[in-house]
Amino acid sequence: MKCSCRKNNNGSYSMSLAEYKYYSLSSLSGPLIFVQKVFNAKIGEAVKVFTPDGKQLDAEVLEIEKDTVMVEVYGETQGMDLEQTAVVFTDSLKMASLSTDIIGRIFNGSSEPIDGLPMFIPEKRAPVNGCPINPTARARPEEFIETGVSVIDGLNTLVKGQKLPVFSCSGLPSKELVASILKNAMLVEGPSDFNDREVTALDSNFIVIFAALGLTFHDYSFYMSVLEEMKSGFVAFVNMASEPVMERLLAPRFALTVAEYMAFDKGMDVLVVITDMTNYCDALREVSTARQELPGRRGYPSYMYSDLAAIYERAGRIRGMKGSVTMIPVVTMPEDDITHPIPDLTGYITEGQIVLSRELHQKDIFPPVDVLPSLSRLMQRGIGKGHTRDDHRSISNMLYKYYARGRDLRRLEAIVGKEGMSKKDKIMLDFADALEREFIHQPVERRGILDTLDRGLDLAKRFSPEI
Amino acid sequence: MRGTIIGISGPTVTVAVKGLKLYDMVLVGHSSLTGEVVRIEGDRATVQVYEDTQGLAVGEPVEGTGSPLTVRLGPGLLSGIFDGLQRPLQRLQEESGPFMRHGKRVSALDDTLKWTFHPLKQKGDAVLPGEIIGYVNESSFKHFIQCHIQSEGNLDHISEESFSLDTPVAALEDKKKIFGSHEWPVRVPRPYKKKLAPNEPLVTGQRCIDFLFTIAKGGTAILPGGFGTGKTILEQSIAKFADVDIVVYVGCGERGNEIAELIEEFEFLKDPWTKRNLMERSILVVNTSNMPVAAREASIYTAVTIAEYYRDMGLHVLLLADSISRWAEALREISSSLEEMPGEEGYPTYIASRLSSFIERAGAVETIHGKTGALSMILSVSPPGGDLTEPVTQACLRAAGAFLMLDTSLAHRRHFPAINWFQSYSLYGKKLLEQFRNVAFAEWEKAQLKCREVLRKEETLREITEIVGIEGLQDEDRLLMSVAEMIRAEFLCQNAYTEDAFSTPEETLLKLSGILNFYSASSEKLKEGAALDEVLMQKKQ
Repeated sequence: MKCSCRKNNNGSYSMSLAEYKYYSLSSLSGPLIFVQKVFNAKIGEAVKVFTPDGKQLDAEVLEIEKDTVMVEVYGETQGMDLEQTAVVFTDSLKMASLSTDIIGRIFNGSSEPIDGLPMFIPEKRAPVNGCPINPTARARPEEFIETGVSVIDGLNTLVKGQKLPVFSCSGLPSKELVASILKNAMLVEGPSDFNDREVTALDSNFIVIFAALGLTFHDYSFYMSVLEEMKSGFVAFVNMASEPVMERLLAPRFALTVAEYMAFDKGMDVLVVITDMTNYCDALREVSTARQELPGRRGYPSYMYSDLAAIYERAGRIRGMKGSVTMIPVVTMPEDDITHPIPDLTGYITEGQIVLSRELHQKDIFPPVDVLPSLSRLMQRGIGKGHTRDDHRSISNMLYKYYARGRDLRRLEAIVGKEGMSKKDKIMLDFADALEREFIHQPVERRGILDTLDRGLDLAKRFSPEI
Repeated sequence: MRGTIIGISGPTVTVAVKGLKLYDMVLVGHSSLTGEVVRIEGDRATVQVYEDTQGLAVGEPVEGTGSPLTVRLGPGLLSGIFDGLQRPLQRLQEESGPFMRHGKRVSALDDTLKWTFHPLKQKGDAVLPGEIIGYVNESSFKHFIQCHIQSEGNLDHISEESFSLDTPVAALEDKKKIFGSHEWPVRVPRPYKKKLAPNEPLVTGQRCIDFLFTIAKGGTAILPGGFGTGKTILEQSIAKFADVDIVVYVGCGERGNEIAELIEEFEFLKDPWTKRNLMERSILVVNTSNMPVAAREASIYTAVTIAEYYRDMGLHVLLLADSISRWAEALREISSSLEEMPGEEGYPTYIASRLSSFIERAGAVETIHGKTGALSMILSVSPPGGDLTEPVTQACLRAAGAFLMLDTSLAHRRHFPAINWFQSYSLYGKKLLEQFRNVAFAEWEKAQLKCREVLRKEETLREITEIVGIEGLQDEDRLLMSVAEMIRAEFLCQNAYTEDAFSTPEETLLKLSGILNFYSASSEKLKEGAALDEVLMQKKQ
């Protein structure tokens, strides 16, 4: 017998003194359980499942047909049977427990603490799926975030409230790039004019929320050591590669519910890092197949765009509120293919992308960011006077233009040889090499935005084609 | 018509209600979620719910409204921001905060606002169905108030003062009341007397479109392109600068932050043609990607019905949709949840016919009141992986009059708008050219031919350069390469963030003539024996 007091989705408190245990299972299939003779189940209702060997698992109502309910289990369904497995309906949607005490804690994909400490006392509960932000309530993202990485700050600037994914390929150092952003990101205000050589670090409530989906132990220990070194607070939701697939779908939702709470209830600036969205999408496909849904492109479900949007679109700012949710999802492109449905749909939802390149990695450039396909859609609003420096736009346009020209010419060079090219073209070729070595390449140090811009300006001057 | 829910699967709900008609609107559950009947089998009906069904339970009540999904049409739509079901987002925000809660019902139009009515008919006058009885001033337009489409008779009385939308402005002798607003089913095109051939150019302010791929008033164009090719920026630039009376912008399954940006800009920017605030000529229908899928499907119909309503007042309305692929995907999601047989790429087989009948709602028309109005459409398409052979792009291609292909490689070179000048086309070209030639610019057509020729020759020369290097070309060809470069960088490119974002036809022609004149002058000099570098330096000064 359980006694619980919880807020249901209508906002009122309901006491469920005696929850009925249903033993009327009719079939089991993968993560799905069918329960019969259920009274008034709700779609999305949180469910508890008690296995014959005494374990308790979380689950959710997925489909109802008269009194037969299809329940999806978050966790391993191995060892369940039709006779002794019991199901309890909780009468409320899947909720996340929220409190500022959550800072510094590590949870699994079902929001249970895995850092050895007891569960905190929640201050509030909110449904994990959240509600869409009313588009008219959104504030335009325009505040510069200094990541300390030249190629991002200078050419693909990140702003508060943006969602900017990292498109990586297997074997490329995406986690080192993410680690460097986590360690170095801060909010700054640009100088008022060119001669002013200072940027002001803004006093802020900055916090990182980390959602790891299907992480290997190797990656996990890497990220944990990074998080522990960080000055700002963090919250981690970790689903390991060996842990249930369903929790992979849940972990980012817990992370974002916490993020929205920290941002819009507590006025903090939240950076959400989700890695790896490719594992998320594969989990979505796996679950969709178990539900016997019609597969779409490459077997992914046809609602994958809407599902991804429900996650990514939770980033943003709200007019008249202090906090913000900024998101850096990591996507590993299967077969290095940017047109694969996962990076493709992601790119259609997010506000740009940071694309890593195998070629640059082989040249030992770190971070190996390929500038040409990379893009920050919200950059225009977040740079220039008052944000970074007034010549930021012209510097970045110039670097981009020259580099694009240089890259074009590299193909020509392969055919006609450098000797056969005009002086101007040779300069552009040298520029492309120099940009990669001196501007993009940044193995250890953090670079402030002014340092980044000065380096860019210096390059543009040294290799000006007008000479 | 009342009944209960007997099954729920995602946004699809099975209900036991007798007497429902196909595509009737129903209110589902305790929180009265809006839904549409999509299938009837015996006493059971399948309902597509337009809102989030989380928390909905079997056994909750269902009520049929007896009418299909409608939008409310009347004064006060202008400057409005609505969701896919025409709920006013600003008032929704005032009432329930920054997050969208489901089941909240707010009327699209503000019933408390007073409008000054100018009658055009008198007591006793005979009124035909849909006939205009008077007008109110909305923004700078006369917003005509019409008799209901199914009523006619003699006027019993007609108001001569201000009214609000909840009270009738007139009544017929058979006691039928005429209100300032009326409901119209979104999936039914509004009637007109006849369609007119699209003969007049629609000036978008984008040089590449206006000059090379002119679109007609009442015409349709599609903008397909992979992500990062600048579809949204181009749609928004056109929304800001196009020479039209009213812009209806549909954000269909796209990004929330972009809409926030659009709204802030519209509130601040001026219409370059009338110098009035942009918001005064705009209506936004916004169903971002994280808002319910079924409402996304409905959003383009909501928008086109509003657009047709203003067209019927004799105005030129431009409908911009970003993006039609998101609509198609919503249709696919719905179709798959109804377990319909999938066609190509999982899209339902009726996707092409739905799309073409939607696109056919555009056109220049003679309205039932004898006015000339036009509804033009510019739709962006987001083909997966940038692959234009996919079904949505192909279906659009068959129905639309202009194809403006956005090119990823141009976008990577930061050539914006990234319209590919070889692949794109406009079927309106010839007729509109005559219009441009007769009315304004005699040299328009000649300049256009010359411009295309230079770009075409450049393409051939580029292939040669790849082999022999630029040094291997003759001076004349190198000059052409430089001129083509000028055309691309200075004429076809247009920075959406600067003054250059908008160009009148005069400025467009002037700019190109400048480059072409330089070209002919330089070729002359080359023939006279001048050195190429010298000739090219002339341009720099």
